[in-house]
Amino acid sequence: MKSRIPVVLLACGSFNPITYMHLRLFEVARDHLHQTGMYQVTQGIISPVNDDYGKKDLVASQHRVAMARLALQTSDWIRVDPWESEQPQWMETVKVLRHHHSQLLRSPPPMEGSDPGQEPSAPTAAPQLKLLCGADILRTFQTPNLWEDAHIQEIVEKFGLVCVSRVGHDPKGYILDSPILRRYQHNIHLAREPVQNEISATYVRRALSQGQSVKYLLPDPVIAYIRDQGLYTKDSSWQTS
Amino acid sequence: MVLYPLLNSLFLCFSRFLALRVPAMRRARASPAIECSFSVSRYFPGRTGEHLTDNKEDVRVFHLEQQLQVLTMDKSEKTEVVLLACGSFNPITNMHLRLFELAKDYLNGTGKYRVIKGIISPVGDAYKKKGLIPAHHRIIMAELATKSSNWVEVDTWESLQKEWTETVKVLRHHQEKLEAGNCDHRQNSPVVERSGRKRKCLEERQDSSQKKSLEPKTKGVPEVKLLCGADLLESFGVPNLWKSEDITRIVADYGLICVTRDGSDAQKFIYESDVLWKHQSNIHLVNEWIHNDISSTKIRRALRRGQSIRYLVPDLVQEYIEKHDLYSSESEDRNVGVVLAPLQRNTAEAKS
Repeated sequence: MKSRIPVVLLACGSFNPITYMHLRLFEVARDHLHQTGMYQVTQGIISPVNDDYGKKDLVASQHRVAMARLALQTSDWIRVDPWESEQPQWMETVKVLRHHHSQLLRSPPPMEGSDPGQEPSAPTAAPQLKLLCGADILRTFQTPNLWEDAHIQEIVEKFGLVCVSRVGHDPKGYILDSPILRRYQHNIHLAREPVQNEISATYVRRALSQGQSVKYLLPDPVIAYIRDQGLYTKDSSWQTS
Repeated sequence: MVLYPLLNSLFLCFSRFLALRVPAMRRARASPAIECSFSVSRYFPGRTGEHLTDNKEDVRVFHLEQQLQVLTMDKSEKTEVVLLACGSFNPITNMHLRLFELAKDYLNGTGKYRVIKGIISPVGDAYKKKGLIPAHHRIIMAELATKSSNWVEVDTWESLQKEWTETVKVLRHHQEKLEAGNCDHRQNSPVVERSGRKRKCLEERQDSSQKKSLEPKTKGVPEVKLLCGADLLESFGVPNLWKSEDITRIVADYGLICVTRDGSDAQKFIYESDVLWKHQSNIHLVNEWIHNDISSTKIRRALRRGQSIRYLVPDLVQEYIEKHDLYSSESEDRNVGVVLAPLQRNTAEAKS
């Protein structure tokens, strides 16, 4: 039996705050890759963006990392990595990919979810690191000056993309519209989320600032943390870095 | 207009006085027109009781009339509401649970209501819906799902009935239960608020079964309202699924809270129905801004295909489903070819 290529999924983003939708991306992507028969997803990494990114209402990275950690307490394969957020300044996604890829090569993660029939053994192939994102990110490749062409190419050529569908987006169309993406479309996996669940963090922040319930949109421990730290309240905009 | 400066200074004195009466004020949910930064802490369920920690509150912009109304309105003037959700819950999902949260925030936000309880009432097996697994599993999953909620609970009365029970009867059952509980509570309560209430309450109970639609409920008894999504509202139009008399009773005597993504469709549906139009004041449409499509049907389909349902249902529910291998092609074939109970009953009655 042909052994599968081990894959690690890396999701970059604000995670401001993390929601069930972010967590779903990983589940959907893993299912999709497994279904192809070619891959074995061994690990998921959440990499919250650096505070230096300067996005409006972005709370301090220490909080965003802590919230992601709480959300992932019950996951046995996804973890949060604060490396990107701890760098002195914001860095391009491709650099984050490069960093994590070199880390993986140095110490490959244990194989998870192997067949019970198989002997546990060291992975035969080096793990591939793929960027996990929603279809909306794929569209941002078209935004002028947001991404460097060379970086887009490196991402889809050297690493690979797993892109989860979102309402109102046409990922196939975005790929066809871009020469670079078209050339490497074999390395772009379009995963369809069977159960639409568009929990935007923006909505969550707004609901919180209006004192409305966000229960069942994000894990309870994250909600408790937000409350205890007084995040996302109406007058907390001064707290954001 | 001259009155406003006077009222304004009155309010400022009042607000200092009210700072001492914080619990009552906090329970006065701000209506959408009022912008004030209440401490966010009290709106987080998952703790026992309403959690009131902070004393620092920033009162900012108010519309004066509503402001005074909210502040002067103490607890007993608001109508207490119990939200009842009927359905298969096959299985329960995060979307079902969200309905409760959205409805509660909405009703509390009007300033007229105070939602005190949510009840999940899974339908009995006699409903004979395709793919419906045994009630005891659905009950357990709902209980696991609501474990972390301090106000939503599961009720088994409906599922324990031998025959399928019309929704209006479930509403009636829970309303009567509340009225009975209310009388007992006031009888035993050490605080005698209004002495005539006890007698009036007992009289009401006797009258209630006959003159339900004529007697206005005492402000003190919580009102049961049916919580649902747009699909249930629109199912009123399916021939023989509902008795028209039942629909009338539901909207006239109880009320409907319908959470929907597409408010305009629901509004159109109400407009095109004479009964719903007549009682539109008793039908509340709550907007669901999040495109949330977590239907139980899709959950079951994902499970049959070996796909993950993690983060679509509470973790405890997902674990329970996995442990008991609840959903499969076999389970989906249950009741295939069997006529749904309401259709069977209403068609039979129409013929007789």
